[in-house]
Amino acid sequence: MTNSAPALRVPSEIELDRRLYRRRQNGKSVAIALVSTLVFAALVWLLVVNTPGWTAVQQSFFNLDVAISAFPRVIEGLWLNIRVLFFASIGVLIVSLLLAVIRTLRGPVFFPLRALATGYTDLFRGVPLLIVLYLVGYGVPGLGLFPRMPAEFWGTVALILTYSAYVSEVFRAGIEAVHPSQRLAARALGLSHAQTMRKVVLPQAVRKVTPALMNDFVAMQKDVGLISVIGAIDAVRAAQIETAASYNFTPYVLAGLLFVLLAWPTIRLTDWYSARMRRREQMGSIV
Amino acid sequence: MSSPDARLAAGPDGRPGMAPDTGIEPPVLSLRGIRKSFGDVEVLRGIDLDVRRHEVVALIGSSGSGKSTLLRTANLLETIDDGQVFLSGTDVSDPRVKLDAVRARIGVVFQHYNLFPHLSVLGNVTLAGRTVHRRGKAAAERQALELLDQVGLADKAREFPDRLSGGQQQRVAIVRAIATDPELLLLDEITSALDPELVGEVLELVRTLAQGGSTILMATHEMAFARDVAHRVVFLDGGLIVEQGTPERLLNHPEQERTRKFLTRFSGTGLTPPA
Repeated sequence: MTNSAPALRVPSEIELDRRLYRRRQNGKSVAIALVSTLVFAALVWLLVVNTPGWTAVQQSFFNLDVAISAFPRVIEGLWLNIRVLFFASIGVLIVSLLLAVIRTLRGPVFFPLRALATGYTDLFRGVPLLIVLYLVGYGVPGLGLFPRMPAEFWGTVALILTYSAYVSEVFRAGIEAVHPSQRLAARALGLSHAQTMRKVVLPQAVRKVTPALMNDFVAMQKDVGLISVIGAIDAVRAAQIETAASYNFTPYVLAGLLFVLLAWPTIRLTDWYSARMRRREQMGSIV
Repeated sequence: MSSPDARLAAGPDGRPGMAPDTGIEPPVLSLRGIRKSFGDVEVLRGIDLDVRRHEVVALIGSSGSGKSTLLRTANLLETIDDGQVFLSGTDVSDPRVKLDAVRARIGVVFQHYNLFPHLSVLGNVTLAGRTVHRRGKAAAERQALELLDQVGLADKAREFPDRLSGGQQQRVAIVRAIATDPELLLLDEITSALDPELVGEVLELVRTLAQGGSTILMATHEMAFARDVAHRVVFLDGGLIVEQGTPERLLNHPEQERTRKFLTRFSGTGLTPPA
């Protein structure tokens, strides 16, 4: 009797030979990669350690005792960064979606709105974040219109203003990437323009641009460190204070490491997500 | 054939001006002098067409003859340059009419299905019911499952469209179009994108709908199907209605030279008109 279960079928000689060859090639590649990485790391290490100023640099940038004593203050600052990041992200999502939708509105009635949104994105994509921070952090409170707010509040506002301009362009690209036939089908069912946007276009657009959005999120994660320039005691500012107290730059290195740790999960998640999307799109193909 | 049917006694074939007969029920769809241009190309050059309740009308004609454009003007997805569109007696080409409300009364099925990829089959079918017709989630889903069951797709309700075959997707698209009980169903070459082996299941569903009394206007290349299901076949060429009549008459004994010429291209289907 013949057994047709594919799992039990013995591959042909040729296939077995091919598998053996691929396994050997794989092993060889891994070995080469490993050795070359180790050699490169060793070379860089030797080069740095043998520079004439290394001992001095090690003392003032990589001092473990200074790092330990600065840690509580820097981590407290980082907590402020995380809170600012949280509120800024929500703000950016709302403002940028609004801007993107406004920019895709058709019809002469919406011209002023559209022009306003376009002007906004043009302006805030051009102005450096640092300048926006100064203007918002020192200028707006000076108007006397608003009750006294802490520096981190204005820092959050400045981040939202700048990043919304970028992220709205990402959303707009996503909205325009949804095929017109989807809109047609939704309108044919009797959905209004707004309903079509909300139920059909935006859900698909957001899926398309998620990797790009996450990338912008990573960029913002480190840019929250800039709010220190208007006086918020965040991780960067705390490191600065510690550095001034100890005449040692190690707190900056510590703050930098903590920012990397903060960003790292998002970075990996972005990579994983885009790889998954790519796999889905080219299922079964090698290239 | 069922040609002596009272609702088909619309007037002399091919002649414009079969005005909605006063006194009795107005046609579900009535097109009057529809004109439409894209740039310099005039795609529709004055179309008059009525579709009565429970009537199945097939539009035939070569690619570019204006079939799809005509269907799109019928539910105002395309603006018209001149003429009028009446839906059950109301002039819906009047700019004061709310288009969304009009479109909600017409079901459309597209050549490429146009299902929403981010929604499950059930989500696709219930979207209009829930957002436009404000039905409750439970009620909309119950009705959707019932319909899906009738077309043999109840087990696919939770699947996403990309997991279905073309024929299944198109059947879902049809269910989506009829889920809101539209007065009129527009089918735009709904089998053209399907593998030949999948055409049958879709046409079978349309046949069921036609027998169930749906009012259908369809553009099609399936001559055998048009002959089988349609009460009336309309031949479109160069943006004009060249000839129309019962499938029997139009497909077997076309009066116009252009119709004859078009139909000879389908000679393989045994529909060659006598020379």
